[in-house]
Amino acid sequence: MVATRTLTVWCPDWPMVAAGVAPDVPAAAVAADVVTACTAAARAWGVRHGLRRREAQRRCPDLRLVEREETAEIHAFEPVVVALEVICPRVEVVRPGLCLFATKGPSRYFGGDGALAGVTLDAAAGPASGGPVRVGIADGRFASALAARANTVVPVGTSAAFLASYPVTVLDRPVLTDLLLRLGLPTLGDVAAVPSTKMTARFGLDGALVHRLCRGLDEVPVTARVLPPELTVEEHLDPPVETVEPLAFIAKSLADTLQAELAQRALVCTRVLVEVETEHGETRSRLWRYDQTFTAGAVAQRVRWQLTGWLTGPSAERPTAGITLLRITPDEVHRDVGRQLRLFGNATDATEADERAVMALTRLQGLIGFEAIRIGVMAGGRQVADSVQLVPWSEPTPPPYDGTPPWPGRLPAPSPSVVHPDLPPVQVVDAAGAPVRVSNRGIVLTVPHRILMGDHVVDIDQWAGPWLIDQRWWDSAEHRRTALFQMVSADGVAWLLAASGGRWVVEGMYD
Amino acid sequence: MALAPVAVDLSTHLPANLPTHVGAFDILPVDPPLDALFPYGGPLRGSVVAVEGSASLMLAVAAAASTQGWWGAAVGFPALGLAAAAEVGVDLARFVVVPTPGEQWASAAAVLLDGLGFVAVQPPRGARATEARRLAARTRERRAVLLVTGAWPESVDLRMRLKASEWTGIGGGYGRLTDRRITVTVSGRGAASRERQVTTWLPRAH
Repeated sequence: MVATRTLTVWCPDWPMVAAGVAPDVPAAAVAADVVTACTAAARAWGVRHGLRRREAQRRCPDLRLVEREETAEIHAFEPVVVALEVICPRVEVVRPGLCLFATKGPSRYFGGDGALAGVTLDAAAGPASGGPVRVGIADGRFASALAARANTVVPVGTSAAFLASYPVTVLDRPVLTDLLLRLGLPTLGDVAAVPSTKMTARFGLDGALVHRLCRGLDEVPVTARVLPPELTVEEHLDPPVETVEPLAFIAKSLADTLQAELAQRALVCTRVLVEVETEHGETRSRLWRYDQTFTAGAVAQRVRWQLTGWLTGPSAERPTAGITLLRITPDEVHRDVGRQLRLFGNATDATEADERAVMALTRLQGLIGFEAIRIGVMAGGRQVADSVQLVPWSEPTPPPYDGTPPWPGRLPAPSPSVVHPDLPPVQVVDAAGAPVRVSNRGIVLTVPHRILMGDHVVDIDQWAGPWLIDQRWWDSAEHRRTALFQMVSADGVAWLLAASGGRWVVEGMYD
Repeated sequence: MALAPVAVDLSTHLPANLPTHVGAFDILPVDPPLDALFPYGGPLRGSVVAVEGSASLMLAVAAAASTQGWWGAAVGFPALGLAAAAEVGVDLARFVVVPTPGEQWASAAAVLLDGLGFVAVQPPRGARATEARRLAARTRERRAVLLVTGAWPESVDLRMRLKASEWTGIGGGYGRLTDRRITVTVSGRGAASRERQVTTWLPRAH
């Protein structure tokens, strides 16, 4: 058998389940201003992963927003993993809400794949906080994940047939998928029918990999797997450490060492074993799988997840003493095929100042968390809040977007120095106190005279506009028309206001 | 530990009245016309500067240093317009933001002062005197520049307050915001002890 027969347990919309939101409440979780999870009810309103928060709110005005709470997601998922470890000790966690294991042993023990799927479903459903649980079994991890979506068991040797009808978009490779669609290969079956040499010749290593997935094989051929060398990295802690952040910091440096060792041997790692031990000899080990290949930062994040789940979880499960040992073992390694990490950002202009800053920022991440430190990346878009996106700072930083292509209708510089993320509503009235309205053709029907913001009244001295933004006119569900105005109040403060459908909001201010 | 030497054109950055004990490397570079706000043409390294009432002014003051390779940070500004920052010349690759540090704003600022050239802070719920003193000491020791906005319980080395601003390019229903002339009151210690009022154009965004 070429592909490892795998069982995947998937808890859909896990961040929402962990946040305690029922699936019939329209709600979404945002991170860095982008929707990263939503409930089934929100999906019915057209909310999707990857949407800007504002766009999501426009599609579903009653949308309840929750912040992504990584800690809560880990805590809620920990009992699920513990329950599954009774069935199979080698559970590999991909992320909170998704884990998998090889079925070879357990399937024989429980009397077949169907029985194993049933047992797994029963085991996971209890601790899953009332959220839905789906289980799928198939040859290969990729097919297994899709089988979990369909909540089905794919018979041995039929993964390729099972995959054939899926659209190529499930590969989650937007650039490649776009190309495949335009080449007339809309389904995985179509791609699988292309000779593998042609796929490699046309699309390189990624094409070869995608071709393997489409045929129901594992990402990496068994022959490319190598036995993990003795590359275990560990740190004995004296005095014992009881909180997560210092341990995460140590984990980062261990992971850095590990990555350097692997890179020297031209290896990459797709699964790590993280073991921790306390002063009283309690241990907790866990396997973590990564979709691509682990970077040092990703390893450190898994260590953080594991420690968070244990150290700050339910008090009955918590260890009774501080952590004395942290060990990371690369559990599955492959030969590195054409991936080379850069040493530092651009590799050319790293100065002493850069190095000192990187040191301080890394230390701060250990103190207040990875997500708390952000950096702006030019993102393009017509509205001010879209033009720069805040992403977590990491080294190396992504290259800044240079502003091209042009975004017709975007206001020229200067941009507002204050951009309110929550778009406070205001009223704009004319001299008679009546609301100022903008016609469908973009004509201002009366002269703006005052801005009313709660009890706060501001007289308008000068104003200009409207600038009309007609967005997504090709899609009737997403289509909206916004009129932007610049207004200067008597105290010299300039405002950027947006009117849409008779409502006014503050987009930003020039203070 | 000193910051890496940054290329500074001495003729533009050193005003004639510079005392002999202050050299080019002791100043956070600020481009004209805003250098006129500072007694020595820029904030002295190791000093605390309060900028009140204008995030635009704060960004414009930080822009030249950022362009020249200094790292900077903004702690506690949940609504800072980074597009505006980029337009006045702040290098976004070297400018990190900690939008909502919560109670840890002072510890975050202290760590950042260790490794970055300038740090702007806006304490979410006002600063305590001990926190303010500790950050001022850290700033002095690391020879960084601390820019503060909002209530600050301790005296600062230089205080700038936006008093008035006047826009050009916009009228009653026509044009658009283009340039802005600001009036700033400047007061402080030492060479700045006499309160001055400076009227200048804010550098044009592009």
